Amino acid sequence: MSDSAAKLHIEQTAALSYRAAFMLILKRDITLAFRHKDDVINPILFFVIVITLFPLGIGPDANILSRIAPGIIWVAALLSTLLSLDRLFKSDYNDGSLEQMLLSPHPIFILVLAKIFAHWLLTGLPLIFIAPLLAVLLHLNENSYGALMLTLLLGTPILSLIGAIGVALTVGIKKGGVLLSLLILPLYIPVLIFATSAIDTAAMNLPFTGQLAIIGALFFSTLTLAPFAVSSALKVSTN
Amino acid sequence: MNSTKSLNRPLLLEAKDLTCIREDRILFESLNLQAFSGDIIQIEGPNGAGKTSLLRLLAGLSRPYEGSVIFDGNNITKARESYYQNLLYLGHLAGVKGEMSAQENLAFNLALHGLDAKDAESTLSEVNLLGFEDALASHLSAGQHRRISLARLWQSKAPIWILDEPFTAIDKLGIKKLEKLFMKHADEGGCVILTTHQDLTIPETRVKKVTLEYRFF
Repeated sequence: MSDSAAKLHIEQTAALSYRAAFMLILKRDITLAFRHKDDVINPILFFVIVITLFPLGIGPDANILSRIAPGIIWVAALLSTLLSLDRLFKSDYNDGSLEQMLLSPHPIFILVLAKIFAHWLLTGLPLIFIAPLLAVLLHLNENSYGALMLTLLLGTPILSLIGAIGVALTVGIKKGGVLLSLLILPLYIPVLIFATSAIDTAAMNLPFTGQLAIIGALFFSTLTLAPFAVSSALKVSTN
Repeated sequence: MNSTKSLNRPLLLEAKDLTCIREDRILFESLNLQAFSGDIIQIEGPNGAGKTSLLRLLAGLSRPYEGSVIFDGNNITKARESYYQNLLYLGHLAGVKGEMSAQENLAFNLALHGLDAKDAESTLSEVNLLGFEDALASHLSAGQHRRISLARLWQSKAPIWILDEPFTAIDKLGIKKLEKLFMKHADEGGCVILTTHQDLTIPETRVKKVTLEYRFF
């Protein structure tokens, strides 16, 4: 009997691969998101609405608008990410699929990384495409467009990765929304500071590689460390 | 119990001195449990006695206050990957996504646990869901949700099955079929650990019973 158990063991190990597990979760999360479209559209719509309201509220003065444009775009990106974070683990927690993921023989960090990547594809990536269009409304300095795109490209994954830690910690709490913002927003501040500073520097036609390098460093450290923090947090939350 | 018989059957899972505390109440203390190949173990006890807590400890979903769960000579926290290749746990919640069809749900569940997802469609006929493959799970009943998650049992190669109230919302015929499957699984060298409030029709001699009592302190 133990022989058969050992044989099963080998058979199943062959079927496990990191890439297959990653793709499995990614495909599922994207399918689910497209069948539940308002969850995807809401944060993007929020981003568009917030940014379009500013020129209306402040007035058409190009000098003021271009001065505050980087801040507005980045704050809107932070808040719209925060709005979308709940989707990451909440429904899986409520219907028991999260439990099954924790019990799967695949390493949890691969599954978590796939979920975060799916989240970024659906919330971070659209922002990168929309932001330059909205920047026109805010009279963003024409030298800054490259910096805006680059900071968003490196920065929005950080928002998803750090956000995932917060959601994983609060997923077991009924009304975790306020706690989530308190936990997460302070950790978003470094990204906000360096991203807006990079865009401002670019507007003055100066090199902004320093700020970009710091955001890049933040990106790679969260990319490597956050999935492990998230897996531990999920274990605590489901305990 | 039938220790002489157990001697020549391999030990699949062992719980040593488990103590579980929930909300400052001791649910059970120094609990020992051995699951041999061929065992069907029914955990009994009133509501709140700690049946689900015990199963979650065995599955490694929560950590015991004291004691350990041993699989293949190792603590399960150390041998996570190999333990989960040999374990099938179904909890209270069906783990079924309303936005996906019955077949997609089952295919995902199979693939997540390293099994072949191609057999999903044929497996659904085992649980009488033929004709509902493409229906979104949100349009199906609670019993049908449970059937989608139970369908994995027919494909599973894992020897250890831990099932928390598997009969909830399942009709009489379905329960008969499941009991037959449990017997077959045990005969083939697996073990089944389950909780249920229903009387099993499996012969008494085959079922080991573990009774948890409700404790007030």
